[in-house]
Amino acid sequence: MSSGRFIAVDGADTAAFAMKQIDPDVVAAYPITPQTEIVMKFSEYVANGEVKTRYVTVESEHSAMSACVAAAAAGARAMTATAANGLALMWEILYIAASYRLPIIMGVANRALSGPINIHGDHSDAMGARDSGWVQLYSENNQEVYDNYIMALKIAEHKDVMLPVMVNQDGFITSHSVENVEPLTDEQVRDYIGKKPAHFKGLLTYGKPVTIGPLDLQDYYFEHKMQQHTAMQKVLPVIKEVQEDYFKKFNRKYEIIEKYKADDAEMVIVGMNSVMGTVKDLVDELREKGVKIGAIKPRVFRPFPKNEIADILKNFKAVAILDRADSFGSFAPLYAETLAAMYKFEKRPYIRSYIHGLGGRDTTMELLGTVANDLIKMKDSGEGHLSEAYLGVR
Amino acid sequence: MAFLLKDLIKKQAPLASGHRMCAGCPAPVIVKQVLMSTDHPKVCTNATGCLEVATTIFPFTSWKVPWLHIAFENSAAAVSGVEAAYHGLANKGELPEDMKNAKFIAFGGDGGTYDIGIQALSGALERGHNMLYVCYDNEGYMNTGIQRSSATPIGANTTTTPVGSQSYGKREIRKDLLSIVVAHHIPYAATCAPHDWMDGMKKSQKAIETEGPAFLNYFSPCIPGWKIPADAWRKLSELAVKTCFWPLIEVENGKWSLTGESKRIADGKAEKVPAVEFMKNQGRFKHLFTQKKDDVLALIQADIDRSWDFYRKMAGY
Repeated sequence: MSSGRFIAVDGADTAAFAMKQIDPDVVAAYPITPQTEIVMKFSEYVANGEVKTRYVTVESEHSAMSACVAAAAAGARAMTATAANGLALMWEILYIAASYRLPIIMGVANRALSGPINIHGDHSDAMGARDSGWVQLYSENNQEVYDNYIMALKIAEHKDVMLPVMVNQDGFITSHSVENVEPLTDEQVRDYIGKKPAHFKGLLTYGKPVTIGPLDLQDYYFEHKMQQHTAMQKVLPVIKEVQEDYFKKFNRKYEIIEKYKADDAEMVIVGMNSVMGTVKDLVDELREKGVKIGAIKPRVFRPFPKNEIADILKNFKAVAILDRADSFGSFAPLYAETLAAMYKFEKRPYIRSYIHGLGGRDTTMELLGTVANDLIKMKDSGEGHLSEAYLGVR
Repeated sequence: MAFLLKDLIKKQAPLASGHRMCAGCPAPVIVKQVLMSTDHPKVCTNATGCLEVATTIFPFTSWKVPWLHIAFENSAAAVSGVEAAYHGLANKGELPEDMKNAKFIAFGGDGGTYDIGIQALSGALERGHNMLYVCYDNEGYMNTGIQRSSATPIGANTTTTPVGSQSYGKREIRKDLLSIVVAHHIPYAATCAPHDWMDGMKKSQKAIETEGPAFLNYFSPCIPGWKIPADAWRKLSELAVKTCFWPLIEVENGKWSLTGESKRIADGKAEKVPAVEFMKNQGRFKHLFTQKKDDVLALIQADIDRSWDFYRKMAGY
């Protein structure tokens, strides 16, 4: 059962509220716009004794992630949050967190990477970290931010996974927009996340000293990276299991890839995070006019649900892929990986890449309307197939 | 408290032999002096560097205490995280009973401390974690092949300050890390030289038992980096102190004092030996003698005199 109690909060406060309910042993964080509200709100919980967390106000994001790695290696539940350049500064340690198999949870208020400096929302930060070995969850709205945080812990700490999880939400667009959120009660969260699992051992174990982070040379490194790959392969079934359990317990249904009015659609728009709210509105509008269009929203980008997305997309006539990040000199990330996933089919839909919303540029109904018009043309003629467009750029 | 060798040899060494540190390297000796100075349960973090790579080649480890290495520049941030975990788990009553007296010790070389790790060190000192940071200072990036660091002395021939027709080696004076650390107003900071093991262990014990952040800068002669014989570290450690190249200092709650041979020199009970005595048998300074760079030798002596005057004054002489 869900709690039936609503609170009006922005996405950042939603994240802080979920963190409060999780009550991690250690939070180490450094302020950066637009994540700041998360750490500010969480600091209030610490200041008022509403959590038992040891809060480490580190001097940089590099130290934030380092302290989280160390805390998790010592057997603590560790969390942090960041954005943009902060995530970039953590980059070195992100890989280490994942390779040490530490179930750290990190919120990212997705923001454009410098330069030029820009504090607004896009996915260049998270996409830059996509190969770091972290599980990446994406959130369309504040409710999804909340539920992703709670589920992230269960995914990260699962014995088959033991990997860090990044919970993404769009900077400002989500992090600073107030919406109604229906949180679980503190008791529900406490019962749901439970005690730390038995495989959660670490440095603070007396009498059985453990060496974490040794030098790993040509004779073992490859095998250890293979174990990481194997762990990643087990993540999607675990996410499915966690989502089903969450639905059973709290009546909130999530899927790895959300399908919106897609069952009888001829065309779909695929994208992640907040833009999908606007896409759904557009779909509603066009459906009233009889246009057979739907929306597809991957909620997980790492591991990439390649078979799931390919199986969903194969039957449509035309597909538009929205990426809120570029990959200079190559294909945009979601587009590239979707193309690769579709290759296994002989008959594939017409497909086109749209890069949108860089540096927080609004992706409006009007702009998305041009995507729908392109799709209508492309589905019969193939016009624009495999081309790459930049939405709304002057 | 005095330490007796007959007691110490009965204790289990925290670092097992068989590691791959160079023959004659004092860094493992330093680790033992620090960790054997108290019987607390200890958790160590280690910056990337010689000590880390040579003691933990998977699937082997020499460490008989819990030990964590993350990266080069963050040993201080790592120890902060372990210490935070200790408190976070204690807040929830989840700390194992036998770890209640645990102490947290970070190791790093001079590259990982003076240079790339100084931000993390400064942050950890300012936040007041209950921890000890130990820098083993071998005056250069030795693990990567003898490059200069901000701890390398003037005139040293390194692979990034090579001697050439236009170069006599490193041109800049060493960074005064102790003063930087002391400027954080932490309760305890000291310098140690491993030949004076009693001084080092007493300081280690104080540093570990101090509530709040403590810092030790340990002199660590480097066999390949300084181009010295494998049996040279003890003599060079002694000469570094006797020449006042590496004074033995202790700063307790802001009060500076000199210890060991440095105190005797300051008190006029021992003579300050000329710097050339420390330098003349080290390959990294050899060019200064063969090329008769007396001006550079004078620069080095002047720098030692300047810093010795400063530390003496700080200690109230």
